Amino acid sequence: MNILLKGGRVLDPASGLDAERDIHIVDGRIEQVGPSLSVKNAELIPMKGKWVTPGLIDIHVHLREPGFEHKETIETGCQSAREGGFTAVCCMPNTNPAIDDESVARYVRQKGREVLGGIVDVYPIAAATKARKGEELAPIAELVEAGAVGLSDDGAPIANAEIMRRVLEYSSMFGIVVIQHAEEPTMTKGGCVHEGFVSTRAGLSGIPSVSEELCIARDLILLRYVPKAKYHVAHISTRGAIEMVREGKKKGLSVTAEVTPHHFTMTDEAVLTYDTNTKMNPPLRTKDDVEAVIEGLRDGTIDVIATDHAPHTIDEKEVEYTVAPFGIVGLETAVGLTLTRLVKPGILGPLQAIAKMTTNARAVVGLPQVKIEAGQPANITMIDPDETWTVEASRLRSKSKNTPFSGMTLTGRSIGIIHNAEMYRRTS
Amino acid sequence: MKLASRHLLQLEGMSKEELTLILDTARSFREVLERPIKKVPPLQGKTIANMFFESSTRTRLSFELAERRLSADVVSFTTAGSSVSKGETLKDTARNIEAMKIDMVVIRHASAGAPHFLSRVVEANIINAGDGQHEHPTQGLLDMHTLREKHGTLEGLRVCIVGDILHSRVARSNIHGLKTMGAEVSVCGPRPLMPREIERWGVKVYYRLEEVIPQVDALNVLRIQLERQKSGLFPSLREYHRYFGVTRDKTEKAERSLTIMHPGPINRDVELSADLADSEHSVILEQVTNGVAVRMAILYLLGTTGSAATSPEKGA
Amino acid sequence: MSANRLIDAAGMRRTVTRLAHEVIESNRGAEQLAVIGIRTRGEFLARRVAKLVEEIEGQPIPVGILDITLYRDDLRGRLDQPLLQSTDIIFDVTGKTLILVDDVLYTGRTIRSALNAIMDLGRPRSIQLLVLVDRGHRELPIKADYVGKSIPTSLAQEVQVRMVELDGEDAVYLSDAAGKEARS
Repeated sequence: MNILLKGGRVLDPASGLDAERDIHIVDGRIEQVGPSLSVKNAELIPMKGKWVTPGLIDIHVHLREPGFEHKETIETGCQSAREGGFTAVCCMPNTNPAIDDESVARYVRQKGREVLGGIVDVYPIAAATKARKGEELAPIAELVEAGAVGLSDDGAPIANAEIMRRVLEYSSMFGIVVIQHAEEPTMTKGGCVHEGFVSTRAGLSGIPSVSEELCIARDLILLRYVPKAKYHVAHISTRGAIEMVREGKKKGLSVTAEVTPHHFTMTDEAVLTYDTNTKMNPPLRTKDDVEAVIEGLRDGTIDVIATDHAPHTIDEKEVEYTVAPFGIVGLETAVGLTLTRLVKPGILGPLQAIAKMTTNARAVVGLPQVKIEAGQPANITMIDPDETWTVEASRLRSKSKNTPFSGMTLTGRSIGIIHNAEMYRRTS
Repeated sequence: MKLASRHLLQLEGMSKEELTLILDTARSFREVLERPIKKVPPLQGKTIANMFFESSTRTRLSFELAERRLSADVVSFTTAGSSVSKGETLKDTARNIEAMKIDMVVIRHASAGAPHFLSRVVEANIINAGDGQHEHPTQGLLDMHTLREKHGTLEGLRVCIVGDILHSRVARSNIHGLKTMGAEVSVCGPRPLMPREIERWGVKVYYRLEEVIPQVDALNVLRIQLERQKSGLFPSLREYHRYFGVTRDKTEKAERSLTIMHPGPINRDVELSADLADSEHSVILEQVTNGVAVRMAILYLLGTTGSAATSPEKGA
Repeated sequence: MSANRLIDAAGMRRTVTRLAHEVIESNRGAEQLAVIGIRTRGEFLARRVAKLVEEIEGQPIPVGILDITLYRDDLRGRLDQPLLQSTDIIFDVTGKTLILVDDVLYTGRTIRSALNAIMDLGRPRSIQLLVLVDRGHRELPIKADYVGKSIPTSLAQEVQVRMVELDGEDAVYLSDAAGKEARS
């Protein structure tokens, strides 16, 4: 590998660099970064008008392996990530068996290294409690040693207050983040869409916003009681929740939050079609909530954009709305949605947007930062901010095609990644 | 004038003209129902499947009768519980419908949106006979027809729907249909059984029956399900009856006579007292007859709409 | 479109009077006679015929209105759905001699529909057909018993009957309506 990325707009949130630079990469290492480099014998990749950013990371994906390989495997999930411009993913532990044992965590890490030449790093997020049942602590120390970068029962909340307190205490010894799927389960039984006027119209049982907010409120109280614990709110979706996180940060609590592209793009009105690709948990919320999400992204209350990539097969999704599983795939539409919905209208600057998928995200899960500097390993995502394209579910690389964005035209798309001495350039 | 859609999925979104067409057509079919021979031929050669994934003897009988009186070929099935529990998905069922060359499907399903799903995957006309807590459009139409025949017009008519609004598809269809036709609609029931933000439909919400009765021309009393009490939505049937049960002593306080409707089957002396159900106020049996006429109207209007492929023939 | 008036108001009055006389003559009176008009113009024609028979015979003649929409054989092919109106026949047709009345006899399909519709109402002793205009081009073996006027037409032409009750005048026009569908 001897390549020269020529004339791209380098966006490096870690250093704050936003300028046109050439980057010379040899065997996976950045040799030089500078304006107008001239290098002999290097393969020239013209990047004029394109973005060059640190490799993107998605800290919330479901790779489904082990246990649900019909939906996704580590390999197909990584293909999807690679296509979408991600050089790293953190995968959630709701597999079968759950990632609540060091052997499963090691398996996932190892498998990630083996597939696609290791171009996509796979970091397991381990279960906080055994079998994600919320009853007994998972072997957290062992899981950390096995490479887990976060703890979560995602798909389910850590609902029991006493257990949550102990998870926060125990995890704080290792500086590992606790990622909460915030939901008060006694209020959400049978619910499948946001509770409000739309659920009333659709005749579908509601998931009230207060169920998310109650859980976060409790956790923030616990967090104040357990200093040094790190707490992260997964897929935040309500105005009330965002306001609490904002207040928590002001008070100096160690709280961070992520939002999915669908929660800043769609409102609950979409469920009136009964398309099961509009069914996710947390549900699509109201226009007011989406506005709060946008404001939270702008003012930094929401640190991270993460997809909650949740593959389900067509047969699983093409059923009655009430019985369909929650979730949609997101890895391949994240960059397009972020640029189209946030950068293009000026809600976020390019550096800010990239930070939410690189530096901020890595900080949440405690991974070392990626820098675009001479001497550093090349971990790079290349983006064409002007490519206009139409999402086609059937063409997704993910094994599952459950996206509500099929047919939507987006502006901005990854054109390739470089990582672990491998380069991938999108062909179609 | 014809209906905008090939399907009857919901009353929400239908225009006043469309609803009027259906109600006028139903009126013509009421005349057919008075004839010695109650059978007419417009759906000859059409095959209609009644797919009831939730049992409902009345609605199914009413549809079957309507279909047979229009000379359609009819197949019906009822499965208790969801199709999923039987290992057959709704999509499989849909494929079977296609393979059997069914022209029209009447579907009752516990899941909201099931008829919408079906309408996307099969060619047949789909008629929603009740989907979960969403809508029950033919019930809404027959309620509207009954009120229109009784009171002459729906414009300005004041109707209160009483009971478990949250879980009621009948309430939703009534609200959409009646509002579109210019009626004033209110709802009354215990607050935990009120859907959120229901007032955004432009309906008044009451929590006391005594307050609303003097202000309306008709009460549409909903059936209360016992299992709602078990999930903590109201304390007991006794208390429900006492505060939300429509009884003679509560209606007598009204100055005028009220029209009392109920979609059936009635829990006598729970949501509605037996003497009122059988009184001169009650149009409950009228609703049953109108049900057949309204369903004939829907089947006729959807089943005889032409395609662009054939041109009209010359008559006379 | 050029329209040619074939019958004017006076002509129509004379024709209907003659038809009423023919009905009485051929039935030797008005015993068990009833008149059924096919919506829309057949209804008004039926009322006029019945009134004349009543005046001549001095006894009331029941009049019914038949809506044949449900019996049409072209119901499914049509883009434009005919509005279903009710049939209004309050007497029992069984045992009656029915005079079925329509304005124009053309393909015969409307009459076929009407006959089926009547059979579903009961069992009349006989049914006779009375039309104001017979324009030919039959597609079914149907023949009128009483014809006001036979008008030879081409398929491209249109026969338009106008009646005071609906159109403000009594007249029959023949027009060249190339490319236009005949009134059904």
